[in-house]
Amino acid sequence: MKNIIQHINKAFDHRVRLGIMSILMVNEYADFNMLKELLGATDGNIASHTKALEKEAYIKVKKSFINRKPNTRYSTTTAGREAFSKHIEALEKLINP
Amino acid sequence: MKDRDYLNDISEIKTMMSRSSRFMSLSGLSGILAGIYALVAATYAHFRIAEVSAYTANSNAGKAIGRFLLSYDAIGDLMLAALLTLALALLTGAFFTIKKAKKRNEQLWNPISKRLLFNFAVPLVAGGLFCLVLLQYEFIGLVAPTTLIFYGLALLNASKFTVGDIKYLGLANLMIGLVATQFIGFGIYFWALGFGIFHIIYGIILYNKYDK
Repeated sequence: MKNIIQHINKAFDHRVRLGIMSILMVNEYADFNMLKELLGATDGNIASHTKALEKEAYIKVKKSFINRKPNTRYSTTTAGREAFSKHIEALEKLINP
Repeated sequence: MKDRDYLNDISEIKTMMSRSSRFMSLSGLSGILAGIYALVAATYAHFRIAEVSAYTANSNAGKAIGRFLLSYDAIGDLMLAALLTLALALLTGAFFTIKKAKKRNEQLWNPISKRLLFNFAVPLVAGGLFCLVLLQYEFIGLVAPTTLIFYGLALLNASKFTVGDIKYLGLANLMIGLVATQFIGFGIYFWALGFGIFHIIYGIILYNKYDK
Protein backbone atom coordinates (compact mmCIF):
# COMPACT_ATOMS: atom_id res chain seq x y z
CA MET A 1 0.00 0.00 0.00
CA LYS A 2 2.77 2.38 0.90
CA ASN A 3 4.32 1.85 -2.51
CA ILE A 4 1.20 2.89 -4.31
CA ILE A 5 0.70 6.01 -2.25
CA GLN A 6 4.22 7.05 -3.14
CA HIS A 7 3.18 7.32 -6.75
CA ILE A 8 0.18 9.50 -6.00
CA ASN A 9 1.68 12.76 -7.08
CA LYS A 10 0.98 15.78 -4.90
CA ALA A 11 1.51 18.05 -7.88
CA PHE A 12 -1.67 16.66 -9.46
CA ASP A 13 -3.71 16.77 -6.30
CA HIS A 14 -6.17 19.37 -7.48
CA ARG A 15 -9.09 19.28 -9.90
CA VAL A 16 -7.75 22.05 -12.13
CA ARG A 17 -4.20 20.65 -12.33
CA LEU A 18 -5.58 17.21 -13.03
CA GLY A 19 -7.71 18.74 -15.78
CA ILE A 20 -4.84 20.69 -17.30
CA MET A 21 -2.67 17.57 -17.45
CA SER A 22 -5.49 15.44 -18.89
CA ILE A 23 -6.11 17.96 -21.65
CA LEU A 24 -2.43 18.30 -22.48
CA MET A 25 -1.89 14.53 -22.54
CA VAL A 26 -4.22 14.12 -25.53
CA ASN A 27 -3.51 17.40 -27.29
CA GLU A 28 -0.31 18.60 -28.89
CA TYR A 29 -0.88 21.91 -27.13
CA ALA A 30 -3.67 23.98 -25.63
CA ASP A 31 -3.87 27.71 -25.20
CA PHE A 32 -4.94 29.61 -22.13
CA ASN A 33 -8.51 30.19 -23.28
CA MET A 34 -9.05 26.57 -24.25
CA LEU A 35 -8.00 25.45 -20.78
CA LYS A 36 -10.21 28.12 -19.23
CA GLU A 37 -13.27 27.12 -21.23
CA LEU A 38 -12.85 23.38 -20.79
CA LEU A 39 -12.20 23.56 -17.07
CA GLY A 40 -14.62 26.36 -16.30
CA ALA A 41 -12.08 28.09 -14.09
CA THR A 42 -11.10 31.74 -13.65
CA ASP A 43 -8.06 33.41 -15.25
CA GLY A 44 -6.24 33.62 -11.93
CA ASN A 45 -6.99 30.01 -11.16
CA ILE A 46 -5.62 28.71 -14.45
CA ALA A 47 -2.60 31.02 -14.22
CA SER A 48 -1.57 29.87 -10.76
CA HIS A 49 -2.05 26.16 -11.51
CA THR A 50 -0.19 26.28 -14.80
CA LYS A 51 2.59 28.13 -13.01
CA ALA A 52 2.77 25.40 -10.38
CA LEU A 53 2.97 22.68 -13.06
CA GLU A 54 5.56 24.68 -14.96
CA LYS A 55 7.65 24.96 -11.81
CA GLU A 56 7.66 21.15 -11.55
CA ALA A 57 8.81 21.09 -15.20
CA TYR A 58 5.73 19.03 -16.13
CA ILE A 59 4.53 21.51 -18.72
CA LYS A 60 6.15 23.92 -21.13
CA VAL A 61 4.90 27.42 -21.83
CA LYS A 62 5.28 29.22 -25.11
CA LYS A 63 4.21 32.82 -25.41
CA SER A 64 3.59 34.45 -28.75
CA PHE A 65 1.39 36.97 -30.50
CA ILE A 66 -1.50 36.11 -32.76
CA ASN A 67 -2.90 39.18 -34.51
CA ARG A 68 -1.07 41.31 -31.98
CA LYS A 69 -2.86 39.63 -29.12
CA PRO A 70 -0.73 37.74 -26.62
CA ASN A 71 -1.28 34.00 -26.82
CA THR A 72 0.03 31.46 -24.35
CA ARG A 73 0.37 27.86 -25.40
CA TYR A 74 0.93 25.00 -23.01
CA SER A 75 2.24 21.53 -23.75
CA THR A 76 3.54 18.63 -21.67
CA THR A 77 7.19 17.79 -21.12
CA THR A 78 8.45 14.21 -21.24
CA ALA A 79 8.85 14.28 -17.48
CA GLY A 80 5.28 15.53 -17.16
CA ARG A 81 3.89 12.72 -19.33
CA GLU A 82 5.76 10.10 -17.33
CA ALA A 83 4.72 11.54 -13.99
CA PHE A 84 1.10 11.80 -15.04
CA SER A 85 0.99 8.25 -16.42
CA LYS A 86 2.39 6.99 -13.11
CA HIS A 87 -0.20 9.04 -11.29
CA ILE A 88 -3.04 7.52 -13.30
CA GLU A 89 -1.66 4.02 -12.75
CA ALA A 90 -1.49 4.64 -9.02
CA LEU A 91 -5.05 5.94 -8.98
CA GLU A 92 -6.28 2.89 -10.85
CA LYS A 93 -4.46 0.55 -8.48
CA LEU A 94 -6.01 2.28 -5.49
CA ILE A 95 -9.48 1.78 -6.89
CA ASN A 96 -8.90 -1.77 -8.17
CA PRO A 97 -6.11 -3.23 -6.03
CA MET B 1 -9.03 6.14 2.75
CA LYS B 2 -10.69 8.58 0.44
CA ASP B 3 -11.50 6.10 -2.28
CA ARG B 4 -14.32 8.15 -3.64
CA ASP B 5 -12.02 11.05 -4.42
CA TYR B 6 -9.74 8.84 -6.46
CA LEU B 7 -12.66 7.47 -8.41
CA ASN B 8 -13.74 11.03 -9.03
CA ASP B 9 -10.25 11.91 -10.22
CA ILE B 10 -10.23 9.10 -12.73
CA SER B 11 -13.59 10.06 -14.18
CA GLU B 12 -12.49 13.69 -14.32
CA ILE B 13 -9.38 12.69 -16.26
CA LYS B 14 -11.46 10.65 -18.72
CA THR B 15 -14.00 13.42 -19.29
CA MET B 16 -11.32 16.02 -19.85
CA MET B 17 -9.38 13.82 -22.24
CA SER B 18 -12.39 13.15 -24.43
CA ARG B 19 -13.95 16.61 -24.15
CA SER B 20 -10.68 18.28 -25.11
CA SER B 21 -9.91 16.07 -28.06
CA ARG B 22 -13.22 15.00 -29.56
CA PHE B 23 -16.07 16.99 -31.00
CA MET B 24 -19.27 15.52 -29.62
CA SER B 25 -22.02 17.39 -31.39
CA LEU B 26 -22.22 15.67 -34.78
CA SER B 27 -25.85 14.96 -35.45
CA GLY B 28 -27.23 11.57 -36.40
CA LEU B 29 -30.36 13.06 -37.90
CA SER B 30 -28.34 14.97 -40.49
CA GLY B 31 -26.67 11.70 -41.48
CA ILE B 32 -30.06 10.13 -42.17
CA LEU B 33 -31.22 13.15 -44.18
CA ALA B 34 -27.96 13.27 -46.17
CA GLY B 35 -28.50 9.61 -47.03
CA ILE B 36 -32.02 10.31 -48.23
CA TYR B 37 -30.86 13.20 -50.45
CA ALA B 38 -28.24 10.89 -51.94
CA LEU B 39 -30.84 8.24 -52.73
CA VAL B 40 -33.10 10.81 -54.39
CA ALA B 41 -30.16 12.09 -56.45
CA ALA B 42 -29.12 8.55 -57.40
CA THR B 43 -32.67 7.76 -58.53
CA TYR B 44 -32.68 10.89 -60.68
CA ALA B 45 -29.30 9.92 -62.11
CA HIS B 46 -30.52 6.40 -62.84
CA PHE B 47 -33.47 7.66 -64.91
CA ARG B 48 -31.39 10.32 -66.62
CA ILE B 49 -28.86 7.72 -67.73
CA ALA B 50 -31.60 5.28 -68.78
CA GLU B 51 -33.15 8.05 -70.89
CA VAL B 52 -29.90 8.73 -72.69
CA SER B 53 -29.11 5.07 -73.28
CA ALA B 54 -32.64 4.45 -74.61
CA TYR B 55 -32.19 7.29 -77.06
CA THR B 56 -28.78 6.00 -78.03
CA ALA B 57 -30.04 2.48 -78.65
CA ASN B 58 -33.04 3.50 -80.74
CA SER B 59 -31.50 5.32 -83.62
CA ASN B 60 -28.35 5.29 -85.63
CA ALA B 61 -27.96 8.99 -85.22
CA GLY B 62 -28.50 8.47 -81.52
CA LYS B 63 -25.77 5.88 -81.47
CA ALA B 64 -23.39 8.22 -83.15
CA ILE B 65 -24.02 11.09 -80.82
CA GLY B 66 -24.77 8.96 -77.77
CA ARG B 67 -21.31 9.27 -76.42
CA PHE B 68 -21.38 12.95 -77.03
CA LEU B 69 -24.73 13.27 -75.22
CA LEU B 70 -23.64 11.24 -72.25
CA SER B 71 -20.39 13.07 -71.87
CA TYR B 72 -21.71 16.62 -72.19
CA ASP B 73 -25.43 16.90 -71.61
CA ALA B 74 -26.06 14.14 -69.06
CA ILE B 75 -22.72 14.40 -67.31
CA GLY B 76 -23.37 18.09 -66.76
CA ASP B 77 -26.79 17.34 -65.26
CA LEU B 78 -25.42 14.53 -63.13
CA MET B 79 -22.60 16.67 -61.82
CA LEU B 80 -25.04 19.43 -60.99
CA ALA B 81 -27.22 16.91 -59.14
CA ALA B 82 -24.20 15.59 -57.25
CA LEU B 83 -23.04 19.08 -56.25
CA LEU B 84 -26.56 20.06 -55.22
CA THR B 85 -26.81 16.94 -53.08
CA LEU B 86 -23.46 17.70 -51.48
CA ALA B 87 -24.44 21.31 -50.75
CA LEU B 88 -27.80 20.28 -49.31
CA ALA B 89 -26.17 17.59 -47.16
CA LEU B 90 -23.55 20.02 -45.86
CA LEU B 91 -26.19 22.66 -45.04
CA THR B 92 -28.34 20.12 -43.23
CA GLY B 93 -25.29 18.83 -41.38
CA ALA B 94 -24.26 22.34 -40.34
CA PHE B 95 -27.79 23.22 -39.23
CA PHE B 96 -28.26 20.18 -36.98
CA THR B 97 -24.71 20.34 -35.64
CA ILE B 98 -25.13 23.98 -34.62
CA LYS B 99 -28.40 23.10 -32.96
CA LYS B 100 -26.94 20.16 -31.11
CA ALA B 101 -23.83 22.06 -30.03
CA LYS B 102 -26.06 24.76 -28.55
CA LYS B 103 -28.10 22.18 -26.70
CA ARG B 104 -25.01 20.42 -25.36
CA ASN B 105 -23.36 23.71 -24.49
CA GLU B 106 -20.38 22.80 -26.59
CA GLN B 107 -18.67 25.63 -28.40
CA LEU B 108 -19.13 25.17 -32.11
CA TRP B 109 -15.93 26.81 -33.27
CA ASN B 110 -13.33 25.44 -30.89
CA PRO B 111 -9.86 24.05 -31.54
CA ILE B 112 -11.29 20.53 -31.78
CA SER B 113 -13.97 21.28 -34.35
CA LYS B 114 -11.35 23.22 -36.34
CA ARG B 115 -9.06 20.20 -36.34
CA LEU B 116 -11.99 17.95 -37.23
CA LEU B 117 -12.93 20.12 -40.19
CA PHE B 118 -9.34 20.50 -41.38
CA ASN B 119 -8.65 16.77 -41.26
CA PHE B 120 -11.92 16.06 -43.04
CA ALA B 121 -11.46 18.72 -45.69
CA VAL B 122 -7.92 17.93 -46.83
CA PRO B 123 -8.56 14.45 -48.30
CA LEU B 124 -11.96 15.57 -49.56
CA VAL B 125 -10.64 18.58 -51.48
CA ALA B 126 -7.72 16.52 -52.82
CA GLY B 127 -10.25 13.92 -53.99
CA GLY B 128 -12.46 16.56 -55.58
CA LEU B 129 -9.55 18.01 -57.51
CA PHE B 130 -8.45 14.54 -58.57
CA CYS B 131 -11.97 13.89 -59.90
CA LEU B 132 -11.73 17.04 -61.99
CA VAL B 133 -8.51 15.64 -63.44
CA LEU B 134 -10.30 12.36 -64.22
CA LEU B 135 -12.98 14.34 -66.04
CA GLN B 136 -10.30 16.28 -67.86
CA TYR B 137 -8.81 13.06 -69.25
CA GLU B 138 -12.30 11.56 -69.69
CA PHE B 139 -11.85 8.71 -67.23
CA ILE B 140 -15.49 9.27 -66.35
CA GLY B 141 -16.08 5.73 -65.14
CA LEU B 142 -13.54 6.20 -62.37
CA VAL B 143 -15.17 9.32 -60.93
CA ALA B 144 -17.72 7.54 -58.75
CA PRO B 145 -15.23 5.06 -57.20
CA THR B 146 -12.77 7.90 -56.62
CA THR B 147 -15.30 10.05 -54.76
CA LEU B 148 -16.15 7.10 -52.52
CA ILE B 149 -12.51 6.29 -51.82
CA PHE B 150 -11.54 9.86 -50.93
CA TYR B 151 -14.72 10.40 -48.93
CA GLY B 152 -13.91 7.24 -46.96
CA LEU B 153 -10.37 8.46 -46.31
CA ALA B 154 -11.69 11.88 -45.24
CA LEU B 155 -14.06 10.27 -42.74
CA LEU B 156 -11.34 8.00 -41.44
CA ASN B 157 -9.07 10.99 -40.94
CA ALA B 158 -11.80 13.00 -39.19
CA SER B 159 -12.74 10.08 -36.94
CA LYS B 160 -9.81 10.81 -34.64
CA PHE B 161 -11.51 14.00 -33.56
CA THR B 162 -15.05 12.89 -32.90
CA VAL B 163 -16.88 9.96 -31.37
CA GLY B 164 -16.20 6.47 -32.66
CA ASP B 165 -18.51 5.19 -35.33
CA ILE B 166 -17.64 7.55 -38.15
CA LYS B 167 -14.50 5.43 -38.61
CA TYR B 168 -16.60 2.48 -39.77
CA LEU B 169 -18.58 4.64 -42.17
CA GLY B 170 -15.24 5.73 -43.61
CA LEU B 171 -13.90 2.19 -43.91
CA ALA B 172 -17.14 0.98 -45.52
CA ASN B 173 -17.06 3.77 -48.11
CA LEU B 174 -13.38 3.18 -48.81
CA MET B 175 -14.05 -0.51 -49.38
CA ILE B 176 -16.99 -0.17 -51.75
CA GLY B 177 -15.07 2.57 -53.55
CA LEU B 178 -12.32 0.08 -54.29
CA VAL B 179 -14.83 -2.59 -55.26
CA ALA B 180 -16.56 -0.09 -57.56
CA THR B 181 -13.35 0.33 -59.58
CA GLN B 182 -14.00 -3.19 -60.89
CA PHE B 183 -17.58 -2.41 -61.96
CA ILE B 184 -17.21 0.64 -64.17
CA GLY B 185 -20.58 1.85 -65.39
CA PHE B 186 -22.38 0.92 -62.18
CA GLY B 187 -21.01 3.96 -60.37
CA ILE B 188 -24.34 5.41 -59.33
CA TYR B 189 -25.43 2.19 -57.65
CA PHE B 190 -22.29 2.23 -55.54
CA TRP B 191 -22.95 5.89 -54.87
CA ALA B 192 -26.47 5.08 -53.75
CA LEU B 193 -25.06 2.40 -51.45
CA GLY B 194 -22.19 4.48 -50.03
CA PHE B 195 -23.65 7.95 -49.78
CA GLY B 196 -27.25 6.80 -49.40
CA ILE B 197 -27.74 3.53 -47.54
CA PHE B 198 -24.54 3.68 -45.44
CA HIS B 199 -25.32 7.23 -44.32
CA ILE B 200 -28.82 6.29 -43.29
CA ILE B 201 -27.57 3.28 -41.29
CA TYR B 202 -24.81 5.36 -39.69
CA GLY B 203 -27.26 8.18 -38.92
CA ILE B 204 -29.68 5.80 -37.23
CA ILE B 205 -26.88 4.26 -35.12
CA LEU B 206 -25.56 7.69 -34.15
CA TYR B 207 -29.04 8.96 -33.38
CA ASN B 208 -29.86 6.01 -31.13
CA LYS B 209 -26.54 6.21 -29.34
CA TYR B 210 -26.05 9.92 -28.74
CA ASP B 211 -29.08 11.97 -29.69
CA LYS B 212 -31.78 10.32 -27.63
